[in-house]
Amino acid sequence: MNELPQQLANGLILGAMYGLIAIGYTMVYGIVQLINFAHGEIFMIGGFGALTVSLWLPDGFSLLAAIPLMIIGGVICSVAVGTAAERFAYRPLRGAPRLAPLITAIGLSILLQQAIWKWYPEAKKDRTFPQFSGDPVHIFGADVQRGDFFLILAAPLCMLALAYYVNKTRTGRGMQATAQDPDTAKLMGINTDRIIVMAFAIGAAFAAIAAVGYGLHNGQVGFKMGFIMGLKAFTAAVLGGIGNIYGAMLGGIVLGVAEALATGYMADVPGMEQFGGGAWKDVWAFALLILVLLLRPQGLLGERVADRA
Amino acid sequence: MRNRSALILTTVLTTGALTLTACGSRDKDKGSDDNGGGKTTVTIGFDAPLTGDLSALGIGMRNSAELAVKTANKENTVDGVEFKLEPLDDQAQPSVGGQNAQKFISNNDVIGVVGPLNSSVSQSMQKPFNDANLTQISPANTGTELTQGDGWKTGDKKRQFKTFFRTATTDQVQGQFAAQYLFQKAKIKKVYLIDDQKTYGAGLAASFKDTFTDLGGKIVGSDHVNPEDRDFKSVTSKVKGTGAEAVYYGGEYPAAAPLSQQLKESGAKIPLMGGDGMKSDEFPKLNKKAEGDFGTSVGAPVEELPSAKKFIAEYNKNYKENMETYGGGTYDATWAIIEAVKLAVDENDGKLPSDAREKVLASMSKVKFDGVTGSVSFDKYGDTTNTMMTAYEVKNNKWGSKFSEAYKPR
Repeated sequence: MNELPQQLANGLILGAMYGLIAIGYTMVYGIVQLINFAHGEIFMIGGFGALTVSLWLPDGFSLLAAIPLMIIGGVICSVAVGTAAERFAYRPLRGAPRLAPLITAIGLSILLQQAIWKWYPEAKKDRTFPQFSGDPVHIFGADVQRGDFFLILAAPLCMLALAYYVNKTRTGRGMQATAQDPDTAKLMGINTDRIIVMAFAIGAAFAAIAAVGYGLHNGQVGFKMGFIMGLKAFTAAVLGGIGNIYGAMLGGIVLGVAEALATGYMADVPGMEQFGGGAWKDVWAFALLILVLLLRPQGLLGERVADRA
Repeated sequence: MRNRSALILTTVLTTGALTLTACGSRDKDKGSDDNGGGKTTVTIGFDAPLTGDLSALGIGMRNSAELAVKTANKENTVDGVEFKLEPLDDQAQPSVGGQNAQKFISNNDVIGVVGPLNSSVSQSMQKPFNDANLTQISPANTGTELTQGDGWKTGDKKRQFKTFFRTATTDQVQGQFAAQYLFQKAKIKKVYLIDDQKTYGAGLAASFKDTFTDLGGKIVGSDHVNPEDRDFKSVTSKVKGTGAEAVYYGGEYPAAAPLSQQLKESGAKIPLMGGDGMKSDEFPKLNKKAEGDFGTSVGAPVEELPSAKKFIAEYNKNYKENMETYGGGTYDATWAIIEAVKLAVDENDGKLPSDAREKVLASMSKVKFDGVTGSVSFDKYGDTTNTMMTAYEVKNNKWGSKFSEAYKPR
């Protein structure tokens, strides 16, 4: 068990990434009850937006200084795509049966993936993402890569900002009202269309930040990266209680840690040698999801219905 | 309302199906038409992933096959026959490969197929080709069971499909060679084993494991990963604690690159070794910490063979993409079909026989020529008789060849 701190650190970093993406699923679901399956692709486009900015910068530009610019680039791209998707793909279907926008989301996801594949230069294979040089930092018995500190800092900051926004600002409270009862909210003078666009935009921005973290963590971005990450983040959102923003982050971290521990230790459990390791980590992650949903169908933090936004 | 949507859905599906069928039979009616100068056109099919993350390898293969076809046409290798290449994309997916196989079979002009890249894709193509008597030569499939059947491990070898040939050596040979190189030349005694659970990766890892333990080496642990994953931190953290001196990975470069990088980042400063699926030029590009990693590949290094000089010069003149690992092998595979057509035509008084597919297939066992990767001919299983193997090491962010030998399987 001597690598336990390391495995926990691996899980936390992965979980922070899942959590940031899961915010987008959960906010959109909380307000319009739509599972935006194209969200994984919006995450991917954020990664390519950040990559584009880093390619524009001159050689020798410090990566630390480039990161804010890359975030801005990524956020602009994914917010643009996310809000455009809302306006042109989902809004026309807003009174339609639930399944219609769901299928649209899947179609949109394929469209976005293929668009990047086709038109982004050399995106037919994985592209390298800038990375910090230097040795990992040793803290609490774990080696943490320099690039991973981005996620460790960004995830709590984003959560704080989101909590403040949802609870303290006018639009944030409007968002809560729309989530509780869109019709009444409209009667109270809330521009629900604007609120919905905001929910998509915030989700997309968080996804872009997660994508920068993904790039720094894995050293590459690819047109296919949104599929698996989106699926995992959706799982995290359900695990934490879909519709609850804190639940999304909690679900992400639980999922990430569960995956890391399953990879690291499941094979050591007597009788489970066959079911351990990297190949089975997804099985254990989903087994955990099923278990949580059996015991708490609303998810880990699902009871705070009034808070969902 | 309900009925209406069902109706619309059915209409859409039917239209879609019809359109797809139309695509498949587009070339069917043309038959073997003469093109002006009294030449018969024959088509060589080609299948590999031209899109997706393995496309770097696939595109290098397509270009090389195209070059072989162009060369044959320019040099008039087969009198009265004009060759044409029909490349299809299998996206590295067995289901797509199966559909492509059907497309080739239904096109009567196709007399042979070069490809695919992935052993798992090949498994969905072999049976239909066998039933249609259509020759298939893969420059890259190294899965041992593809030619010798599942019994190869116990010595019970049996040819699986009469139509399947390859210019690549088997995983069995490659895994053994890798184990021997690592143990005897690189003096590494403790290895951690990882594979991606695909036909190729798992076969390679299994063969490596057997030989390495036979030689006296120790496998200190093993794990399996998903080829789609890019985060292997939890696996590499585990490796660090086992005292392994190297990691052997059965799999391909898109996952191998982040695996190698994260292995070194985890603090275990040990090399990763893999087979020809990892030995792509993309590998050191995607992975900044590839220095010192090992790879093996089939055949002598193409760049160093005198027979390959002309091929490399022609290739670089015509294409901007790298030829990658399988360029030379694909050229040879395509050329083997051209040679087989030549033999069939010669036997038929200089005309393409009417049962061209059967005759080309029959000629395959007689094919023997000096190709880009060495002497090309096939044994009774359809395997190449050329067992030249090369070990490579990453130096200055590039693969450099270390050691070649004509390996004798154990």
